[in-house]
Amino acid sequence: MIPAPFEYARPTTVDEVLQALAEGGEDVKVLAGGQSLIPVMRLRLAAPETVVDLGRVAELRGVREEDDAIVVGAMTTHSDVLADPLIRQYAPLVAEATATVADRQVRHRGTFGGALVHADPAGDLPAVALALDADFVIAGPEGRRTIGASEFFVDYLTTAVQEGELLVEVRLPKLAGSWGMHYAKFNRVAQAWSIVAVAAAVRREDGRIAEARIGLTNMGPTPLRARQVEEALAGAEATPEAVAAAAAHAAEGTEPSSDLNAQADYRQHLATVLTRRAVSTAAGL
Amino acid sequence: MTRISVRVDGASYDDDVEPRTLLVHYLREQLGKVGTVVGCDTSNCGACTVHVDGEAVKSCTVFAVQADGAEVTTIEGVGQGGELHPVQKAFHEMHGLQCGYCTPGMIMASIDLLGENPDPSDDEVREGIEGNLCRCTGYQNIVRAVRHAAADMRGNGSGPSANGHVAPAEVDTAAAPHVVGQA
Ligand SMILES: Cc1cc2nc3c(=O)[nH]c(=O)nc-3n(C[C@H](O)[C@H](O)[C@H](O)COP(=O)(O)OP(=O)(O)OC[C@H]3O[C@@H](n4cnc5c(N)ncnc54)[C@H](O)[C@@H]3O)c2cc1C
Repeated sequence: MIPAPFEYARPTTVDEVLQALAEGGEDVKVLAGGQSLIPVMRLRLAAPETVVDLGRVAELRGVREEDDAIVVGAMTTHSDVLADPLIRQYAPLVAEATATVADRQVRHRGTFGGALVHADPAGDLPAVALALDADFVIAGPEGRRTIGASEFFVDYLTTAVQEGELLVEVRLPKLAGSWGMHYAKFNRVAQAWSIVAVAAAVRREDGRIAEARIGLTNMGPTPLRARQVEEALAGAEATPEAVAAAAAHAAEGTEPSSDLNAQADYRQHLATVLTRRAVSTAAGL
Repeated sequence: MTRISVRVDGASYDDDVEPRTLLVHYLREQLGKVGTVVGCDTSNCGACTVHVDGEAVKSCTVFAVQADGAEVTTIEGVGQGGELHPVQKAFHEMHGLQCGYCTPGMIMASIDLLGENPDPSDDEVREGIEGNLCRCTGYQNIVRAVRHAAADMRGNGSGPSANGHVAPAEVDTAAAPHVVGQA
């Protein structure tokens, strides 16, 4: 199917983007990699009046180091992320999850920022950003603001990015040394989208788990932190038994959806199994 | 209308396109490059895969305006001077197709994969072409074709390196005992 007609703008700086968003009329959409927006436009579920293409805004693309964070530009593609040495060193969880996203063609175009703003409950990067306590830098007509991941994901396909605003970059705290990480994902072979997945980052100290951060993919309309599991793990012995006992709490308080791939109770079961696997691997067990 | 300049399979084009025109439609309808096909039209099947600046993309999920200034390669541009590309040749020799509809996209994705990994294992080939669906072959001979092409491109005509059991166009016998058992 062919999308409805639209006006096309191709700015080259963030300031020009904001101006194009302000002048674009009633329904303006930014186009990042287009790997979610174009399918939706083809189905005419979206028919924006104006499309603002971020493809030429060089300042939005790339990964850099800033003190104790690494900063990922919103337009950094999934392929760029996979090839990036800083990500590999300080946020291997991001690389591991990104490698499971879609296929090589989609990863060549789809972007880190686009995947986060799109906020599909089955998308892999939102739970990872939540588990890593990422910060989101958003530009708007009134300037820039930075908000934490816990405030960024608001509802189904909805984030804190408002009309007229733009996600500029995402700051990931550098986690290295005693941190181990793993993304455990369950999906059908023919479809990369997660039925359920679990992102775990674990810090070990003297045979114990000092701290664990766990994000759940597709266990509700937004990504979730498995707080009960995190609390149960804090200070626990790093043994398979202790991890399994803590992981049993993973689905507490969740209300996942039922669909063709899985019923809600099956998703809850998967969450406990995948949490055990993700934490065990992250803790080096 | 928006003016775009693209190079496609080595030739330069300046054209006016509607911003909503998908790259695949521009290639097929405006340039007559019908070697690239539309399969699912839902970004899933990969039949429409082409390269934009050397990277495989699904051309049903890119607007033609996004390719402005880019170098596009389609299945029609991979052969050199009347010679098939080694991956095309391998699909032919290893019987890597039946109906042939997925083949242009399979080949474009495989060339992209081999650029990154010149000697992929069976599993790496399967992962490398996970964005391309084939409803005929069951993938066995496609995987063989890609590994055969890889060996050829590495300058080793004798076949894939790791396990030498792959013979050209050999019928897959993995299911044979089961079939025989039923007979
Ligand atoms: C076949 C297929 C399989 C896929 N499988 C997976 C998978 O397994 N896991 C997964 O996580 N994802 C998957 N995806 C989605 C993929 O990761 C997309 O890249 C991603 O969801 C959207 O990123 P994009 O850059 O293409 O954004 P676009 O499609 O360009 O934009 C998506 C939305 O975000 C908005 N937006 C984008 N960037 C910004 C910004 N900087 N500021 C404000 N708003 C912005 C757009 O306006 C639009 O509403 C799949 C996609 C396809 C086509």
